[in-house]
Amino acid sequence: MIQFENIVKRFGRQEVLKGVSLSIKRGHRVALVGSNGAGKTTLIRCLLGEYTCEGRVSVDDMDPRKQRREVLSKVGFVPQLPPPLRMPVGQLIRYAASLCDSNPLRMHDVAGELGFDTRQFRRQPFVKLSGGQKQKLLIAIALGRRSELLVMDEPAANLDPEARHIFFKLLADKQERAAMLISSHRLDEVASLVNRVIEMDQGMVVLDDRVADLVELSSRLHCRLRLIQAEAAFAKTIREWGFSSSDDNRVWEGFIAGPDRLRFLGVLSRYAALLAGMELAEAPYQGKQANVV
Amino acid sequence: MHHLWLTAYADIIESLRARWFLVYSTVFGGLIVILFAFGLAESRVMGFTGLSRLLITYIQLSMAMLPIFVLITTVRSVAGDREAGVFEYLLSLPITLRDWFWGRVFGRFFVVFLPVLLAMLGAAAWGAWGLDARVPWDLLLYYTALLIALAWCFLGIGMLISTLARSADVAQGAAFVVWLILLLFLDLILLGVLIQEHLPPESAVAIALVNPMQVFRTASMMLFDPQLVLLGPTAYVILDNFGQSGYIAYAIVYPILLGTLAAGVGFLHFKRSDLP
Repeated sequence: MIQFENIVKRFGRQEVLKGVSLSIKRGHRVALVGSNGAGKTTLIRCLLGEYTCEGRVSVDDMDPRKQRREVLSKVGFVPQLPPPLRMPVGQLIRYAASLCDSNPLRMHDVAGELGFDTRQFRRQPFVKLSGGQKQKLLIAIALGRRSELLVMDEPAANLDPEARHIFFKLLADKQERAAMLISSHRLDEVASLVNRVIEMDQGMVVLDDRVADLVELSSRLHCRLRLIQAEAAFAKTIREWGFSSSDDNRVWEGFIAGPDRLRFLGVLSRYAALLAGMELAEAPYQGKQANVV
Repeated sequence: MHHLWLTAYADIIESLRARWFLVYSTVFGGLIVILFAFGLAESRVMGFTGLSRLLITYIQLSMAMLPIFVLITTVRSVAGDREAGVFEYLLSLPITLRDWFWGRVFGRFFVVFLPVLLAMLGAAAWGAWGLDARVPWDLLLYYTALLIALAWCFLGIGMLISTLARSADVAQGAAFVVWLILLLFLDLILLGVLIQEHLPPESAVAIALVNPMQVFRTASMMLFDPQLVLLGPTAYVILDNFGQSGYIAYAIVYPILLGTLAAGVGFLHFKRSDLP
């Protein structure tokens, strides 16, 4: 679906991409990782036709620069930093839906699934929303249309655990028909979402590896934690994951999204000394059905 | 074409909520209020009184303020949007660069012209109903056309600077330099250069005819000073070559063509360069 052939990008004398060649097919969920300045954002901008470059970029054999509309109508993009748009939420959805020939109601619905009621905020300027609300809206615009290529820069960074789970489920519904390119500084943030890892360093691909695709994107785990003693800092952290306590803050129960397990265990590791017991088991999802195009 | 107007509309909505628009509108609206408050409509200068007198003052002040306001607000907001990531996101949506660029130009034109026009219409309404003065419709129409031409001209130049400069600060500096150069080549300074450097008069007149600010200034003078006495020797060349109506037509058509040319060059550069 996507071909990068010997892509070179220079800013003045600085060579930011040094002959990158990649091929990404439908069904590939790629983590594009690397430190700051590795060339991830530049590569994404070349893919979106926003940067001119040497070499050849194609999406389904089309040049994103010359056939912008055809290529970008297949692409759902979620940037890392939400743009400071002053237009109201309703206007932004109408504008995006109209450009993408999509039904704005689907975008409203996807935002609703993620826990953001766009109808209630339709007159609110986008820039005045919270970080999480902005992220949910941008995801809703990207997923609430017929996108075959999802390009996302740290897409779940600002989402609460429940919204993350819905987001992963929405991705799961797209995974067979779409290719995904998820950019992140840290592999552990996106590891369970992907089946391929591409690491960049100083404008070159230094690792391109397929990874075991064992975690269902839509899966959910039930978790029960027992503590040696109640701890306020732990209580605050675990409540953010949607857990509740049934026994004087010493026993906690809740659900975590399957692809979030590594991240969750990372959080728990900070409180390892407090843990007296832990159960983690696959659980059937009982929430609302995610609505995807 | 539908996407072009959609982008223009989105840009209008964006701009109406921006702080620069509030300042911009307050300045032009406030100007009219100040002119009325100081009793300008009741004063008499060179035979002009009432609303005609007020409009003449307004147009002279607009000539000084509008170009720099349009230039600075355009380059700050367009180059600022690029820096802030607005271009990165909105240009990831399936829209042609032509629709995007010209949509922004038309949307921005509406926004920069609206407060100027509303202030002038507000003055006319205030004068007609509040002071029971006669509304000089011919003057109002002529000045509206001149202001359209001037706003479009500097918007086009502003869009060109925005596409060439890679940062908001550079764009703002460049816009200021452009305005300063045009200001330096207004007739009084031209006259000084002409005398000092022994330039042929035709060169000085040519420079005056190329400078959109001078063209606007001369055209706005023409209604209350048809022989262009205030302008000095340049007036002979202008009136001999153009005639009064010819120059008025030139003063409207030339800035529009110049603005379109500048925006067109800006678009060609935008299309071939890195977008965000």
